[in-house]
Amino acid sequence: MSTVVSIEGLGVSFATDAGPVKAVDGVSLKVERGEVLAIVGESGSGKTVTAKTILGLLPETATASGAVVLSNKAGTAERDVITLSKKQLRAVRGTDVAMVFQEPSSALNPVYTVGWQIIEGIRAHNDKLSKKEARAKAVEILGRVGIPDPEHRIDHYPHQFSGGQKQRIVIAMALVLDPGLIVADEPTTALDVTVQAEILDLLRRCRDEFGMGIVLITHNMGVVADLADRVAVMYQGQVVEEADAKTLFASPQAEYTKALLAAVPYVGTGTASAIERAEQRPAGWAEQAPVVEASGLEIVYPGRFGRPGFRAVDGVDFVIRPGEVLGLVGESGSGKTTIGRAIAGLTKVTGGSLRVLGHEMNGLREREFRPLRSRIGFVFQDPASSFNPLLTIAECVAEPLVIHGRAANPREARARVDELLEAVQLPRAYGDRYPHELSGGQRQRASLARALALEPELLIADEPTSALDVSVQARVLELFAELQREFGFASLFISHDLAVVDILADRIAVLYRGSLVEEGTGAEVLGAPSDPYTQRLLASLPVPDPVAQAARREELRRLREAV
Amino acid sequence: MSTDIVTRAPKRRLRDRLPVVHQLRQSVGLQRGMLIAGLVLTGLFILTAVFAPLIAPFGFAQLRDAEGPFGSQQAPSAEHLFGTTVGGYDVLSRVLWGAQTALFVIVIAVILSIFAGVLLGLVSGYFGGWLDRVLVVVCDAIYAFPSLLLAIVMSIVISGGQSNLWGGVFAAAISITVVFIPQYFRVIRAETVRIKAEAYVESAKVLGASSGRVMFRHVLRNATRTLPLIFTLNSSEAILTLAGLGFLGFGIEPTAAAEWGYDLNKALSDVSSGIWWTALYPGLAIVLVVLGITLVGESLNDLADPRLRGRRRVAQASGVVAETSVVPGGTLSAGPGGLSGLEDGESFDEHGIGVRS
Repeated sequence: MSTVVSIEGLGVSFATDAGPVKAVDGVSLKVERGEVLAIVGESGSGKTVTAKTILGLLPETATASGAVVLSNKAGTAERDVITLSKKQLRAVRGTDVAMVFQEPSSALNPVYTVGWQIIEGIRAHNDKLSKKEARAKAVEILGRVGIPDPEHRIDHYPHQFSGGQKQRIVIAMALVLDPGLIVADEPTTALDVTVQAEILDLLRRCRDEFGMGIVLITHNMGVVADLADRVAVMYQGQVVEEADAKTLFASPQAEYTKALLAAVPYVGTGTASAIERAEQRPAGWAEQAPVVEASGLEIVYPGRFGRPGFRAVDGVDFVIRPGEVLGLVGESGSGKTTIGRAIAGLTKVTGGSLRVLGHEMNGLREREFRPLRSRIGFVFQDPASSFNPLLTIAECVAEPLVIHGRAANPREARARVDELLEAVQLPRAYGDRYPHELSGGQRQRASLARALALEPELLIADEPTSALDVSVQARVLELFAELQREFGFASLFISHDLAVVDILADRIAVLYRGSLVEEGTGAEVLGAPSDPYTQRLLASLPVPDPVAQAARREELRRLREAV
Repeated sequence: MSTDIVTRAPKRRLRDRLPVVHQLRQSVGLQRGMLIAGLVLTGLFILTAVFAPLIAPFGFAQLRDAEGPFGSQQAPSAEHLFGTTVGGYDVLSRVLWGAQTALFVIVIAVILSIFAGVLLGLVSGYFGGWLDRVLVVVCDAIYAFPSLLLAIVMSIVISGGQSNLWGGVFAAAISITVVFIPQYFRVIRAETVRIKAEAYVESAKVLGASSGRVMFRHVLRNATRTLPLIFTLNSSEAILTLAGLGFLGFGIEPTAAAEWGYDLNKALSDVSSGIWWTALYPGLAIVLVVLGITLVGESLNDLADPRLRGRRRVAQASGVVAETSVVPGGTLSAGPGGLSGLEDGESFDEHGIGVRS
């Protein structure tokens, strides 16, 4: 095997307002032909910066030292990317190394057809090729990445493709010049689990059929187990451990790797505790009046100018009883967030019935609902934007207390705010900080504190951990479970990740295109799913264990063929 | 809970928090040069305006002193450094006094338009609906007018075209206000519409906050971030509009106040007969003040955007590795309460810059 890229002693520093910051510190890595090297780590560990250096894509504020030696596919020429001029870099990009981006919808230009964009790349590097030949080449590559009917679809615009197909096109653009190396930066993070499995299959084919080296950047250990041959774990700008995938998952050496692997949620871990909780409930619990009761719930977003509206939720029935956690799982567009927002009164219910704390939400006026809001808490998905950047954390957490008249101003509420901050395991002093001075996990805790300030009977958590790193996610989930035990609130926990929902939920409901396909306890839904969609969803979820994942892949293929 | 060992967040020093001072310290190279040049020019302008009665050798409407009349169109001399105008006024004195009039107009025009524009923009953007549509149409209609024509109409309506100092200043300021309100309205409305969709506004709504509270506590303060920029750019435009009004003869009477545009108008016929000093100095005053204020505005604009902001290049591979990873030492070594050392990362992304993946 020959080496495609070899990074030696790479160091990258950024100029920031707070002085120079070192993002990558003495990293040495090698990628062989036909091999997938996964670089894993948390946000800020320097994995993306390392990968971008391979393409010479660092911003102007960065300076790099060390060497990144890139050889072309034939193995005849070697070049050090760091020393190349802009013009030489342009020649290297595309032909020797290509990149697959995280967000396929923003990597494609919406005003050009996908064919134009692929041909643009071909002709930029080979102007002798006629338009016809370039087009033939583009059609061929689209066919090879699995776009059906490529002769016809080459003239379509990006918005006419689904998210998974767009990512296939982005991969096609990377493949078309037949580079020796592909850098894939979180290629599946923006995609649903079932689509993710297909893209991972495609990347595996890239390696096997095209004989490429792939650098895979990801924070998802399941994806690593599924695709990677070798794994490099990065932490604070350094590689703390490098080993082949099987060895790394079986016997991690570095402390950090062990902690990282331990934090990854597994499906099936929460089932036992859910059963335990169910047994402890007093008799007659199930007969209590439910906190939320939906029957035939329908939510339609109005269409524009006479066009029919979009039916986001279509005839959904479920109940949440006091003190119970209902996990709502579904892919993007399944209507799970819409249901959460409807319960909080942020989205209008258009049909059926939704009773929240004994009030009918269908046709409710905002004025009547306002007093009820003190009994409902809401935790938002993105901790970065759910706090007013100009208020301190203490002022933000005091906001509900002031609004509902429990305190005259944020200063008076401070004692209670301090209690709340301690309840979510944040130091009191953090109350004086501004939101941007906190990390994502800390902000999400503060968000929990704000939601719990009025001791609500119902807490709606909309993907509270999907923007967090695995290790932080584990702690926030733990905290959530602890608070739920302590405060005893009922909760609707919305997530796209089955494993996360499994840890917390008493019952799990699976949504697919606006309708509820399956509902039951964790053991029922995850242990023996009856709906084909749930089965597929479960089988698509990659597990962080290469050996088990290989077996699951077979299972998924069997399921797909059965459909 | 070991709250005592957790240090308070470092308070930013006063000089880092003052708006312009902070930017000045942050800037480097050409951007710093531009900002300093703008600040010096603007500072000179404001000082001149404030101390005009002390600096100016004569009054703005003074035609004679103890030794008799100044005489018309006298060339610069020791007695009249910038010469005298066709009407027999001292050019230097009128240029200095003119700064005062210009400052009055800027302050009044900007204050009037900022309050009206911001309030309308906030209400219109937040509530939307028919009120929003009507206001947007009205503002578009005002945009469609040539602004100088509008200012002329306003000045005729307000003062019949001619007036004393305050009448003239208010006429000019209000006519400029009418043109500027749509600008503030537009900017604040656009920001409000964007911020309305932010999660923190939704979270305030979920908490049950009233519309007024959401608008003024959560939206307004976040929407005003770009105001200083429009403020400076508008100030320079206000001076130009005032000068334009004066030049066209809709300004302030020479006996009521000194006004650069008026002096330029009266200097028109002088230029062809080789009398350069009556036009040069008022013109130069307008150019320098507008240049100074625009430089400040443009540099603030560039510095506010992290992508346009220049930085010193760092030495190769210098700096310390930032503790960007959120769990130092991994989750295992963190305390059970998760406090000591946990997630205590530096947050250097204050201005949107961060090394994150």
